[in-house]
Amino acid sequence: MAYPHEHPHETRLLSKHFGDEDAVRIDAWIERGGYAALKKGLEMTPDEVTQVVKDAGLRGRGGAGFPAGLKWSFMPKDDRPRYLACNADESEPGTFKDRELMRWTPHQVIEGIILASYAIQAQHAYIYIRGEFVDVVRVLNQAVVDAYERGYLGKNILGSGFDLELTVHLGAGAYIAGEETGLLNSLEGRRAEPRVKPPFPAQRGAFDMPTTVNNVETLAAVPHIVEHGADWYRQWGTEKRPGTKLFSCCGHLQRPGNYELPLDFNLKDLVLDICGGPPEGRALLAVIPGGSSVPIMTPAEIDCDVSYEGVEAAGSLLGSGGLIAMDDSTCMVRAVRRMVEFYAHESCGQCTNCREGTSWLANILRRIERGDGREEDLPLLLDIGANMAGRTICPLSDSAAVPVVSSIQKFEGEYMAHIKDGRCSAVR
Amino acid sequence: MHPAIVSAQPSQSAEKDPDAPLFEGVYLERFEKILSRYPNRRAALLPVLNMAQALRGWLSPQTMTRVAELLDLTPAYVRSVASFYTMYQLRPVGKYLIQVCIGIGCDLCGAEDVVERLLELTQTRLGETSADGKYTVAEVECLGACGFPTVIQVNDRVYENVKAADVTGLLKELN
Ligand SMILES: Cc1cc2nc3c(=O)[nH]c(=O)nc-3n(C[C@H](O)[C@H](O)[C@H](O)COP(=O)(O)O)c2cc1C
Ligand code: SF4
Ligand code: FES
Repeated sequence: MAYPHEHPHETRLLSKHFGDEDAVRIDAWIERGGYAALKKGLEMTPDEVTQVVKDAGLRGRGGAGFPAGLKWSFMPKDDRPRYLACNADESEPGTFKDRELMRWTPHQVIEGIILASYAIQAQHAYIYIRGEFVDVVRVLNQAVVDAYERGYLGKNILGSGFDLELTVHLGAGAYIAGEETGLLNSLEGRRAEPRVKPPFPAQRGAFDMPTTVNNVETLAAVPHIVEHGADWYRQWGTEKRPGTKLFSCCGHLQRPGNYELPLDFNLKDLVLDICGGPPEGRALLAVIPGGSSVPIMTPAEIDCDVSYEGVEAAGSLLGSGGLIAMDDSTCMVRAVRRMVEFYAHESCGQCTNCREGTSWLANILRRIERGDGREEDLPLLLDIGANMAGRTICPLSDSAAVPVVSSIQKFEGEYMAHIKDGRCSAVR
Repeated sequence: MHPAIVSAQPSQSAEKDPDAPLFEGVYLERFEKILSRYPNRRAALLPVLNMAQALRGWLSPQTMTRVAELLDLTPAYVRSVASFYTMYQLRPVGKYLIQVCIGIGCDLCGAEDVVERLLELTQTRLGETSADGKYTVAEVECLGACGFPTVIQVNDRVYENVKAADVTGLLKELN
């Protein structure tokens, strides 16, 4: 079965083999050029591997966009054990790219993990994968066992003298385990409560030892860069944001799915051309370009490029690259309520502003949606939102307020229709 | 089983057995393999709870106490960790645990209708188990497959693109 939708305007580096059932098998993967980068990388020094990733300008794909090579270079070079954690907790609503990377190209991810571990000289790498990814784990587990069998993992990998253990570690349902220090706590057998930073994971990470946490997609890009070099990778994207990125597109679209695009691609073309826009007879109401934690955009705002800077200049953020499209059948109040309920459910509860703020927002939104809202509710929502930003251990609290604040700014009419006339302005 | 992949999935199976021997024979071996992958015993907690739930279907107080003993933790600590994670069932569930994603991606595309149809056909209320012990229908947050709505997880299987009209067929397939 081919991957649901492909588009000629895509640039498929990481997703080249999506839909190719054979590519999950190690022999077929090697036939397709797999593990060539590993051979090359192990002939380089660890610092050289880090340097080429730095030169390529690869930024973290987990949401924050931190330069990957730079992060690796923060790892202290002492004789303590070091760890790599591959963040495969993917649970930001609207994001489903890491799942597809692991489902279709598990060896691409494993190869990236080995190369990154080599660069930071980790002795053990953990893939922290969300427990709900049942089918994906089956595929991934098989791939890990096969990689061990071929000598890509374990002792003295390909005769290089480098040893690495890799363990697949399953979560058990917690969005906050995707936040890197929440992940580390969860890996250690604790509640996935984020830690106060500093110390950063590079100083004190898993089991109190230096640790690098990288997203699945970040790691999957590494073999390509090591194999073909920094200049080659820089032929795509922008100066500041080189390369390609996967966009998970969902909601009201004719062709939802994952699309891989260079980072100078136009957002409007992604929505209207590649994804085919909203269903026949419907008009686009709003777009959220980077998962539920980024500001909502109006159709008039989406004529920008999908680089992080491009989207930021247009008033939103690229986040994890999970695009959610809404057409005119959408009740904006309900959509925002649903997103906020998610954060209320997932708040770990350590910080008062987050714990209380998320549930207050959800309560007020439910009231407005029912038609029992008051005019003071909008300033009240904004006020609660303002109190949730920048005051907590982790940015979940900020994230939760974002859909509320941005939707009130841009879709006030929809709120007022509920509050004043007790009706929804969605076109059914 | 290779020690790299011993971490079990916390998902349910239809053949769960609340009294299954958990720390004997092959399971004891698996337990030892789990321990071998971490620098301390506490880190084995999630993988071991996952294994317990996969086998027994839920985490009873007795199960958690036993896990605590084996990992040199207190029962209260194990309970506090277990209660943090949504996939751990602290009460028994039906033979088929039907979890419907109501995340924004699925909500926009009709997840509510799917839930309604499921409740109607299984004659249950949200989170409650049907009288015959067969079904528990629950709403869950984003399952990470938002482009294929509505996403439903039944025990250890994921169904994508489920519409309300597909629910009858889906329940038939289970039986
Ligand atoms: C609430 C919250 C949830 C997050 N969830 C994820 C996630 O599911 N996957 C992920 O890779 N990063 C997630 N992150 C970002 C991680 O903290 C971290 O920045 C990232 O894994 C680093 O990898 P990268 O530099 O390769 O992007 C989350 C952050 C926050 C604040
Ligand atoms: S901001 Fe929210 S999720 Fe983050 S640590 Fe504080 S309470 Fe937990
Ligand atoms: S919203 Fe249903 S899978 Fe993400």
